[in-house]
Amino acid sequence: MIRFLLGRLASSLVVIFVVATASFLLLHAAPGGPFATDARRSAAVQHAMEARYGLHDSLWRQYVREIGSLATGDLGHSMKKDVSVNQLIAEHGPTSAVVGLLGLSTAVVFGVLMGVTAAWRKHTWVDYLLMTIALVGISIPSFVMGPLLIAAFAIQLGWLPPARIDGLTSYVLPALALGLIYVGSVARLARGGMLDALGQDFVRTARAKGLPERTVVWKHALRLGITPVVTYLGPATATMISGSFVIEKIFQIPGLGTYFVNSITDRDYPVLTGVFVFYATMLVLLNLVVDLAYGVIDPRTRRR
Amino acid sequence: MRLGRMALGCAVVFGVIALGCLVGPLIAGAFGVDATTIDTLRGAQPPSGAHWFGTDTLGRDLLVRVMIGGRIAILVAVVTTVIALAIGVSWGAIAAYTGGHVDNVMMRVVDALYGFPTVVLVIVVMSVFETRSLVALFALIGAISWLTMARITRGQVLALRDAEFVEAARALGVPAWRIVFRHVLPNAFGPVIVYATLAMPQVMLTEAFLSFLGLGVQAPLASWGTLVTEGSSQIVVYPWLLVCPGLAMGVTIMALNFICDGLRDALDPRTRTRRS
Repeated sequence: MIRFLLGRLASSLVVIFVVATASFLLLHAAPGGPFATDARRSAAVQHAMEARYGLHDSLWRQYVREIGSLATGDLGHSMKKDVSVNQLIAEHGPTSAVVGLLGLSTAVVFGVLMGVTAAWRKHTWVDYLLMTIALVGISIPSFVMGPLLIAAFAIQLGWLPPARIDGLTSYVLPALALGLIYVGSVARLARGGMLDALGQDFVRTARAKGLPERTVVWKHALRLGITPVVTYLGPATATMISGSFVIEKIFQIPGLGTYFVNSITDRDYPVLTGVFVFYATMLVLLNLVVDLAYGVIDPRTRRR
Repeated sequence: MRLGRMALGCAVVFGVIALGCLVGPLIAGAFGVDATTIDTLRGAQPPSGAHWFGTDTLGRDLLVRVMIGGRIAILVAVVTTVIALAIGVSWGAIAAYTGGHVDNVMMRVVDALYGFPTVVLVIVVMSVFETRSLVALFALIGAISWLTMARITRGQVLALRDAEFVEAARALGVPAWRIVFRHVLPNAFGPVIVYATLAMPQVMLTEAFLSFLGLGVQAPLASWGTLVTEGSSQIVVYPWLLVCPGLAMGVTIMALNFICDGLRDALDPRTRTRRS
C-alpha cells in the first residue's frame, strides 16, 4: 500500500511538473511575448516592463525562476489589472467551488439513484425507461440546458432567481445546469457496477440471512457497485471545470471561470496559464484522493 | 449482427439530418432563401410556413442557418474523430504489442490525461496563439479525444497478440509494424468503431463549447455552437432562436449515442444495456 501510494504521489508530481513547464513554454511562445499587446506603449516603457519581469534573462534562467516561484505557490500576476492569480483564486475560487460541488452532488445523487433502481429492476420497463432518460440527458449540453432552466423556472414560474449569486436559492439552477448532463453517465456506470455487485456471492449470503431487500441493495451491494462511479469522479470533475465556464457565463456568476474566460478576450496570458496550472494541480490531487478512496471502498484492491 | 430497433431508428434519424444539412441549403437556395441575405424588416419572426424555424434578429432564415451549421458540426465531428481514431488506435496498439515498460509508461500517460483538464489546455493554446482556424480546431480537439480509443484498442490487441495466426505471421518473419497494422488491427476493429461513434457526439459537444466561448468556428461560418450561443441570450424574447438549433444539436447527439449503444449491444452482448 505504501509503495503504491509513493508511486502515485511521484507520478502526480511528474504531471504537475510537466504542466508547469508546458504553461511556461506557452506563455513564452505567445506571438511577440507576453507584453506585445499594447501598441501605444513607448519603447522605453516596454523595455522597462520587460526588465521588471525579467524577460531579458536567458530562457533557461527565466524557466528556473518560474518553476521556483510556482513551487512556493506563486501562480503569477495579471498583466492587465493589478491583481495576482493567487488573489483571483482566493477571491473567486470559492464561489466556483461551491457551484461545482453542488453540480457534482446533483450528478452523483440522481445518477446513483437512477442507476441502482435500474439495476435492481433490470430488464423491466423501469430499467429501459431510466436508461433511455439517461441517454437523453447525456445529449443535452449545459449551454442549452442552462437557458432553458432559466426560462422555465425563473421566468415562467418565477420560483428561483434567474442569475447572479444572491442567497442560497440562486445556487439551485446553476448546479442543476452543470450537473444534469453527468446524471446519465453516472446512472449508466452505477447500473453496470450494481449489476456486477448483485451477482456476487456476498449478496446471496446477505439475502440468505434474511436481510430485507432494501438493506441488501442499498447497504451491501451499493458499496461495491458504486466503485465505477468513484473512478468516474476524476474525469467528471475535469470536464466540469470547462462546464463551469459556460454556466458562470450564462448565470453571470462572478466565479473563477468567468475571470478565466474574460482573460481569453483580454489576452491576459499570465492569468490563463496561472489558472490552468491551478486547475491541473487541483485535479491531479483529486485523482490521488479518488485512488485512495478506491482502496477504502473496495478492500480487495488494497493488495495491489 | 442485429441492431436494436432504437438504434436502427436513430441511424435513420441521423441519416436524414446529415442529408438535410447537405442538400437542404441547395433546395432552399432554389426557392430564393439563403443564410446570408440580411433583411432587418423581417427580423426575429417566429416559425411559420415560409420560415420553418423562424428568422433570426437580422432576418436570416434560421432553418438554412441551422442546416449550414450542421454541415460544419458534422464535418468537425467526422474529421476530428478520424484524427482521434488514428492517434488512439496507434497508441493503444503499440503499447499492447510492445508490452513491458513501454506499455506501462504509455498507459500511465493515458491515465494521467484522463483526469486532466485537456479542454482547458486547448482553450489556453488557442487563445495564446490567437488562432481561430478550422484546421487548428480539428487538430486540437482530435489531439485530446483519443484516450478511450487507446484503452479499447490496447485491450483488443492484448487479446489478439498471442493468437495463432499472429504467431504464424511472426514465424514467417513479418515485421512487427506490419503484424500490428495488417494482421492484428483489422480483427480488433469492431469495438473500436463502436467507440468512434461514441467519440463523435463528444467531439461535437467540445466544438460547440469552444464556439460558445468564441474560440471555435468563426463568422461568417456558423456551427450549432455559435447559433445556440446567439440564441441563449435571446431566450426570453425569441425562444426559437435557442430551441431550434439546440434541438437540432440535441437530436443529432442523441441519435449518435443511441446508435453507439445499439452497436455495442450487437457486438458485445456482455455489456448489453437492454434486450433487443
